Amino acid sequence: MDAKVFVYVAHKDGKADDSALELVTAAQSMFPGSNPVALVAGSGIDAVCQETAATYGEVWKFDQAALAYPNAELLRPLLVKVLPAGAMLLLPHNTFGLDLGPGLSVQRGVTYVPDVVGIDGLEGTTLKVVRQEFAGQVSAHVHCAVAKGAVITVRSGAFRPAPAGAVAGQVLDRSADTAGLSARRKFVELIQAEAGDIDITREDVLVSVGRGIGEKENIALVEDLAEAMGAAVSCSRPIVDAKWLDRPRQVGTSGKTVKPKVYLALGISGSFQHLGGIKGNPFLLAINKNPKAPIFQAATVGVVADLMELLPVLTEKIKKSR
Amino acid sequence: MEILVCVKRVPDAAENEIVVGAGGADIKREDLVYSVNEWDNYAVEEAVQIVEREGGNVTIVSMGDSEAEEVVRREMAMGAAQGLLLTDAAFDGSDGLGIATILAAAARKGEYDLILTGALADDGAGQVGGMLAALLDWPYASVVNKIETKDGKSLRIGREIEGGTQEISDIETPCVLSIQTGINEPRYVGIRGIRKVASIEIPILDAGALGLDAAAVGAAGANVRRIDYFVPQLGASAEMLEGSIEELAGKLVDLLKAKGGIR
Repeated sequence: MDAKVFVYVAHKDGKADDSALELVTAAQSMFPGSNPVALVAGSGIDAVCQETAATYGEVWKFDQAALAYPNAELLRPLLVKVLPAGAMLLLPHNTFGLDLGPGLSVQRGVTYVPDVVGIDGLEGTTLKVVRQEFAGQVSAHVHCAVAKGAVITVRSGAFRPAPAGAVAGQVLDRSADTAGLSARRKFVELIQAEAGDIDITREDVLVSVGRGIGEKENIALVEDLAEAMGAAVSCSRPIVDAKWLDRPRQVGTSGKTVKPKVYLALGISGSFQHLGGIKGNPFLLAINKNPKAPIFQAATVGVVADLMELLPVLTEKIKKSR
Repeated sequence: MEILVCVKRVPDAAENEIVVGAGGADIKREDLVYSVNEWDNYAVEEAVQIVEREGGNVTIVSMGDSEAEEVVRREMAMGAAQGLLLTDAAFDGSDGLGIATILAAAARKGEYDLILTGALADDGAGQVGGMLAALLDWPYASVVNKIETKDGKSLRIGREIEGGTQEISDIETPCVLSIQTGINEPRYVGIRGIRKVASIEIPILDAGALGLDAAAVGAAGANVRRIDYFVPQLGASAEMLEGSIEELAGKLVDLLKAKGGIR
């Protein structure tokens, strides 16, 4: 099919999000031969549009004071208005895509294809994609009928970024289309994450604990190990949700992005949200009782073991080895 | 405030090793431990807290069979007066839009000020809440980690966006909010609590009772179909260490020393 493909370019502080480059690759893998059009909305966005035009042949600019903050409730009616019938729209699968995408697909009367991690091809009007379920433990082949168009969200890191600067695209000013937008949800402010007693983003060695630790009392075993190693304790999201450790210790897309040299993952299943917070390709040592845990696909070295048995022995051995 | 909370019965991915069944048509479900979707449990707690504070009623709704009824009842035991079960063979194979369509039909049968869903469930799509809002033409917010009631016409909410930043907005009611884990501390439900709601009748509504065209939902109406499950073959995965606990600990000490993990 001769698809009209669009990409929503998220941006912050005058810079396009990393997803802008990955979504070009995703769009061209899904719809071979397509020339995706970039949609850039915001206030005072000329720099972002210029940056984006180095990767996309065509950029639509929606410059309007009311769009200074990307409020999905305000952007949704704009996109319903400007996207042509049958259009495929790609969005990043992040908290913005989750906010905008599902409702947009309903309002456009098109198919919603969430959290794509791979492409099996386009056959007629059937888009064949790969998704993950059960916290990444298994993958699924999914067929989507996209004859009427689609809203597709794509997981960060699933596609290689396209080279920036490969194109000299043109910017079309479509700001007139933003007239008369209104929303029943109004942005008030952003509250930055609290700083903790320790800055895990600066630590070279992290002992990170997840749900597999079982109970709050067992956190002490992890703290003992970290102390013996001379390392800092970090954690995955469920530990913070359970209030066993403070939020500043959380690694992941909704927590801190860390760049350690050594990362010890204890009872962490390895969701993409958690792995998204580990950068710099550390020596990643994973210990988990579930041999199918996705963390073993990301780890350098893995051990299938019960933490309650292994941790005390390991801590003792490290103390003795000093 | 009248609050509807949508819940789903799912295999607990934290407690279970999910294994693909023969031919990939489904995962092996025989030995799985099922429970309420974790995000939904936070949504129910939040609804109950709002009603305890402001008055009103919480209704729990789930699409599913008699096994889903157990989950509805468990969630009711947290402090919801009513439950609803949406059951019809025609609902099988529904995609996200199908499920949202069925839930929207149930929502239209009541007069709710607020609908809560979990932000995600076992399929990781995070789609039903946003679709439900669009079908009802209500405003929507996803990954909500704070709800404050304001003036009866709107709520002040927080969304948990990347990096742990909280995005504060005001949203008009009625609205749909999808709830992020960690927004509260869900209460423990004991046997006694479940006994208390054991005698409450949970109405079962099928496609006809909901006024739905059976061809618009279920597999017949689905534009998104899962063909099979599989375990991806990954080139580079971890080098696995073997041995007794004692041996493993020894190997780990050597490795950690070599890599600068012990300082």
